[in-house]
This record gives sequence, structure tokens and C-alpha cells, in this order.
Amino acid sequence: MSRYDPTEAGAISVEALHMTMRFGDFTALDNVSMTIRAGTFHALLGENGAGKSTLVKCIMGFYHATEGELLVDGRQAVMTDPKMAQTLRLGMVYQHFTLVPSLTAAENLVISRADTPAVIDWRSERRRLDAFMAGMPFSVPLDQPVSRLAAGEKQKLEILKQLYLGNRFLILDEPTSVLTPGEADEVLSHVRALTTASEITVLMITHKFREVSAFADEVSILRRGKYVGGGKVGEMSVEEMSRAMMGEAPVVSDRGRATTVKKPLLELRGVTAKDRTGLHNIEIDDVTLNSGEILGIAGVSGNGQMELMEILTGQRRLTGGEIRVNGASYSATRREARAHQIRYLPEEPLRNACAPRMSVAENLAFRMFDASADGGTIFWKNAGAIARNADDLIAGFNVKTTSPAARIAALSGGNVQRAVLGRELTGAVKALIVSNPCFGLDFAAVSSIRDRLIEARNNGTAILLISEDLDEILELSDRVLVMSEGRVTFETPIETADIAEIGQHMAGHG
Amino acid sequence: MTSQAQIPARGHGTGAQTLIGLMFRAEAVLIPVGALLAGAAAFSLFLLAIGKSPAEFYALVWKAGFSSAFSWQNTLSRVAPLVLAALCVALPARLGLVIIGGEGAIVLGGLAAAVTGTAVAGLPAGIGMVTMALAGMALGGLWIGTIGALRIKRGVNETISSLLMAYIAIALMNHFVEGPFRDPASLNKPSTAPLEAGLRVGDMPFVAAHWGVVAGVLACLFCWILIERTTLGFAARIAGDNVRAAQVQGLPVSRLVIGFTALGGAFAGLAGYFEVAAVHGSANASLIAGYGYTGILVAFLARHNPLAILPVAVLLGGFEASSGLIQRRMDLPDATIQVFEGMVFVIILLSEALYGRLRIFTPAFWEHR
Repeated sequence: MSRYDPTEAGAISVEALHMTMRFGDFTALDNVSMTIRAGTFHALLGENGAGKSTLVKCIMGFYHATEGELLVDGRQAVMTDPKMAQTLRLGMVYQHFTLVPSLTAAENLVISRADTPAVIDWRSERRRLDAFMAGMPFSVPLDQPVSRLAAGEKQKLEILKQLYLGNRFLILDEPTSVLTPGEADEVLSHVRALTTASEITVLMITHKFREVSAFADEVSILRRGKYVGGGKVGEMSVEEMSRAMMGEAPVVSDRGRATTVKKPLLELRGVTAKDRTGLHNIEIDDVTLNSGEILGIAGVSGNGQMELMEILTGQRRLTGGEIRVNGASYSATRREARAHQIRYLPEEPLRNACAPRMSVAENLAFRMFDASADGGTIFWKNAGAIARNADDLIAGFNVKTTSPAARIAALSGGNVQRAVLGRELTGAVKALIVSNPCFGLDFAAVSSIRDRLIEARNNGTAILLISEDLDEILELSDRVLVMSEGRVTFETPIETADIAEIGQHMAGHG
Repeated sequence: MTSQAQIPARGHGTGAQTLIGLMFRAEAVLIPVGALLAGAAAFSLFLLAIGKSPAEFYALVWKAGFSSAFSWQNTLSRVAPLVLAALCVALPARLGLVIIGGEGAIVLGGLAAAVTGTAVAGLPAGIGMVTMALAGMALGGLWIGTIGALRIKRGVNETISSLLMAYIAIALMNHFVEGPFRDPASLNKPSTAPLEAGLRVGDMPFVAAHWGVVAGVLACLFCWILIERTTLGFAARIAGDNVRAAQVQGLPVSRLVIGFTALGGAFAGLAGYFEVAAVHGSANASLIAGYGYTGILVAFLARHNPLAILPVAVLLGGFEASSGLIQRRMDLPDATIQVFEGMVFVIILLSEALYGRLRIFTPAFWEHR
């Protein structure tokens, strides 16, 4: 047993012994034991809801494990709070950036320290930073505001920040989810080099097998809160890992693609709009969505996909160009959407497609509450029809709720997604505009939603799929477009789609 | 993780549905009532701190507001403008807008009604009265509807613009009453020309209060039906709860916002009409009585529910009616009632954070008993 000294440098090990975490009746983590040896790059695999975040939150002191103990560097550690983790030199890089965008990289590093003095002597801080950077295997520009850095640079800065803080055990929570494949490889190979040099130990949460095989030494797999397998990466095949992760072979329909009639349905011609900041333009020169196809729009988060969704839903004013549906001008009013049978499934449905303080039944009624049987609009609300509609959709889409009268905000994410999907896919649907439909859902929910999308496509529905998950795009699309800096920069049919080429265009190197 | 960290939902029959409904209602009633009582308690401490008796205060409120036919008349005369001013807050609130400038619409509505009154002097009284009321509602609706339009078209904060527009409205009324529309006979209190007797709104039979109370009750019923029973009200509730969701549904958010703010303004304008036609007989500075501001408190205490506005308006009407008696008997300034209202208001706003947080309002809490 080595003695623990917080000033010492070098990688440290972490061991979880029989960790159990319960929330009420629900067991999120069930008797999990695992060892992350010093100087290893350890991958933690698991589907959404498998207990990965619960485990790391216990390690980082955000949660107090119901049972079990934790050894840091061989010594028992009681994680009373996140400060304790800091003292023990455990650090975490979150999925989304925690840097202050308006400050420079240097400023972000200095203010992140717990012992930053009230008055900062920038000159001496800068000297120390330069010395620190000289000893690092990679660097980032220190004097630019973080908002000007590319996503990969920001992620490197997040990792540098942890090293700067002296942390010797890093948890990376899906660190590549906002990076292009090229950026991801670069960042991970730097991390890999640091672990090989025994500077740090890394535990990376991920669900990408490719990254595990290419960079990690060891892997641990969780499913439904239990440790279900693991070992040296070279000694486990991807098939073994995926079987452990998914459990018994998941029911995946083969998602056969029927031959469909492809006729132009929705067209964007020379569409321009301001982006979220108001400083840049979104320019969609020429995009056509055909019936019976899934048109995937790939891109790194923040390259205009959100704005495109808002343009299509009528939330963002056009500064030029036009949208046409079946040849007629379209501005996404309720009447037009109903006449052309266009439906929407925005990302984070609770935030973008639901009224959180209204009931489940009321939320399910958004499409039908003002529609008469003959397609016209009605003035008096029909409470009976709203209740029947709710009962049908709750049963048909397996929405788990205590009651149709419960607030929709009380439902779990998968249930909200199913409720909204049910609402939007009921009745005749000619076109469906979807944005990140599977974000944050577990395997079963993802699978059933993708099945529904393919089924709709096979029935002739035109589907525009905006997604930041490239795997999802490649799995579902008939055609792939890439968005970069507000423009469509690349188009390819799925048959000739090449992940490296798409990645290049996502990164803006056309 | 979030999707599974939830406590799994269990199947429930209709018994659970009625229980959930009951819980929502209990929460909606008990939290504001509790906040009102807490506000009253806080005000009692304030009175004790300045050496006055809270017991005497509340006894005087009872005496001046509710104990006799005379005090009820005093209270009810305040109910009509309070109810209508509260609707000017409650209707926009359904769309998520906080409008606090109903006072401006009352003042301008009164002015429009008084000026129209001189123009329709020759017409039959019934037509004249309706024309006056419509003129007041039109100007009030235009005034508050403009605030809604500024909000939705230009992103101007409606709370601040409505407050500032109320000052402009008061300045405009003063200008017209002291200038173009001044009755030369009104010497030390500039006013418009007094209405003809035939255009004055009288008292209801058996009740010592004018017909404005009936108009207020009808307006509340109208609003309740609009919100709870029509598809228009349903669309407004969606837009008020999550404007993004309403936009994705293609709902006409702009028209809903402008429509609901204008309707609220029209009711405030109607309050101005009744103040002129039933109380003052002409438009003058007496219109600036603060009903627009007390109406904000009424609407918040009623949680913007039009039917709840009625009893709350009666309660606060009673408090306001007791202002004079409290001033004389307790030797307190007449702003005392405003201190009381302010304290209640702060606690009402604090209580908004409690909705959905108290375990006693969840069915699970009662099932475990």
C-alpha cells in the first residue's frame, strides 16, 4: 500500500468496491466493483441508464453511495463532497464545455484554480503558464477568447485545465461527442500519450467501440447498474463488448428499406437567415426533400442545424429565399402544416415540443384539439375527444404515466419522447422534420424510435433527419448532407458515403 | 441516467386520476391562501414594530369593509374596477406576459368614455351608454394591445413598457382634461364636461352598488369560458407555457398575444368607463385611484383564474374600503393599506416557487398514510 501524498506527481489508481446506489426503490448501481490501475486508459462502456454517470458521480463525491467503498491510490477514501475529490486529485471533464467563452484560455486556466488570489499578477501567472505549457505534450493558443477556439481545441483546453489543477486521475464523460472524428482522434491520442507516460490515469465514459479499441487499455462494461464484464481491450472482441453492453441480443428489426416513390416534396431555395448570435448567416442554397426518403443532415453541434430546424418550424424569420412544399410557398403556419401533413419532432421534446405545466392528456392534444372531423377548425374545445385521444396514444405508444392528468414534466425522458412521437406520427404524415430524436434515450427507446422512422419512410413519408450523431445518420439516411458554418457543404448518397470524407466536411475542410 | 433514475410509474385506475385532480386543486387554493395569511402575519409584525395593534387593524378592516350594508356598499364600489383591472393582468398572464400597467388603460378608457359622452349627448341613452363603453374599451384595448405587439414584434419587455406607458397615459389624460376637453366650469379640479343624467350608470336594485359589478362578474365568466372551454384559450395556454412548442405547432402566437393583451386592456378600459359613468360623472384626476395596481395583486392572488378573481377582489376591496377608517382611528397614514398589499404581494411572488415542490400535494404522500 503506497502512502498518499497530494503533492506527488504521477498517475494514481482508483478502486470501487461493492458500490451500490439506490434512489428510492430504484437501484442505479448494484454491487459494482472495478479497478482502474494507475497509468491506464480505462473505458467505461454502457448504454444510457446503465449506471455510468451514477458511478462516476459517486467517485467524484456528487453522490454518496448507499453501500460500498472507494480506494484512491490504495487508501480508503470517503467522498463527502466534490471538494474531497479535488483534494485527492481526481478531476472530471464534462460532456459539455465548462469554460467561460468570453475569457482567454490563459484566463480560464488561472481562474479555475481554487487558490486564485483576489488580485491576480498576470505577468507572473503568465510566466508560470508558459512553463507549464512547455511541459505538456500539446498546447492551445492561450491569448484568444475561448469562444474563438474550435471544439477540439476547447476539449484539449479542458484536459489541460485538469492537468494544470494537478489532477492525476481524470474522468472524461463522452469527451468526443461534440468533436469531428478527426478532432476526436487527435484529442484521444494525446490523452493516450499522457497515460502511457504514467502522468495520469483516465476513465473515459463512452459508447463508441471504435474509440475503445483504438485508444483504451482496459474496459469495464455496465448494464442496468451491474458490472457485466471487462478486461484488457486486446483480449475482448467488439462483439463480446457489445453483447455484454446490450445483454441478450436486442430485438432489432432488420429495418428493411422498401423501394419507395421519390418525388420532391419540400424545397429550400436560397434560404438565408441570421444565426443564433445574429452575427453570422445561415445560407441554404438548394435542398430538396423527397417523399419516401430519409435525408440526413450531419454536422458538428452549432453549425446551423438548430437554426435550420427553427427555419423549418417557422420560429426563425427568413432574410431571403423561400420554402416550397408541393410547389406552394410554405411558412409553417398551423393551417399549412395541416394541409400538407407536415409534422415536427424537435430535440429535447420537453423543452421544445411540450408545455411542461400542462397535463399529459393536454400535451397529447396539441395536434388535434382544434381540428374537426372534416379537417376544419373548431371553436369549442372537445374535452371528451381530448381524453379519448390521450387514452389511445398512451396505450398505443406505451407511455408510462400515473395518470393522463399528471403534468408531462413528471414523466421520464423516454416517456416524453414516446408521447411526442405518438402525437406527431398519428394520422396521415407526408413529411416529418426530426432533430436529434434519440438524444439521451436508452437502447430500447432508441431502437423503437428508429424503427418508427424507417416504417414511416417505407410508407412514403419524407423525413428530414437533423442529427449530431453521425452513426445515426449513416444508419438511417438515404442521402446525407453535411452542414458546416451555416451552409450545406457536401452531399452524398448513402451508398457512396465515406465516414472520413464526411468528417472532413464536418470539420470545414471541404 | 435521468430516464431511469425516475421512480417507475405505476399503473393507476381512475381513483388515482381524481386524486391527482384533487391535489392540483388543493395546491392551487391552499398555497395562495397560505401566502395571504403569511403576508397578514408579516404585516402584523410591522404594526407591532411601530407600536400599533394588529387586532385593532383587522377588526377595523372587518368593520369598514364587511360588517354592515354601508360597508358592503363601500367595498362593492371598489370591486368592479378591481375585477376588470385584474383581468387586464390575468389574460396576458395566460400567455406568459406580466402586464402591470392596467392603470393606464383605466385612465384612458375613462377619458375616452367621458369625451364620447359629450358627443353622444343627443342620442337615446341606451345607445349613448353602449357607445361610451365601447369607446373606453377600444382605447384601453389599443393601449395594452400595443404593449403586446411591442413584445411579440420587437421583443420589448412588456412589464417595463406597460408601467412606463401607464405614466404616459396619465400624462395624456391630464393634458386633455386640462386642455382641449376641459369643462370651463370646472375651476379648481379640471374635468371634462359632466355627463348628462341619462348617461349616468345607476345602482342595482336591492344592492347598494352600481352595475359595473355585474359587468365585472360577466367579464370573469366570459374569460373563464374563453380560457377553459375554447380552442383559442387552449392555444393561449400552450403559448403561455412554452412559446417554442406553440411555434412548432404553428399556432398564431403573435395574434394570440396581441388579442389577449388587447382584450385585457379593453376590460381595464371598461373599468374606466364605469368610474366615469357610475362614480365621478366626468373624467378627471380622480380616475388615477390605483385600481390598476391593486388589480395586479388581485390577479396574482387569484393565480390568474378569472373565477377566483371575484372573491379576491371582494376581499381586497374591503381592505381598501377600510383605509379611511384606519387612518382616523389608528392614526396611521393612508398608505398603510399599500404596505399591507405590498407585503402580501412579495410573499405571493415567493410562494410561486412552491408549486410542485410540496410533498403533501402528491398522491404518493397520502397513499403511504
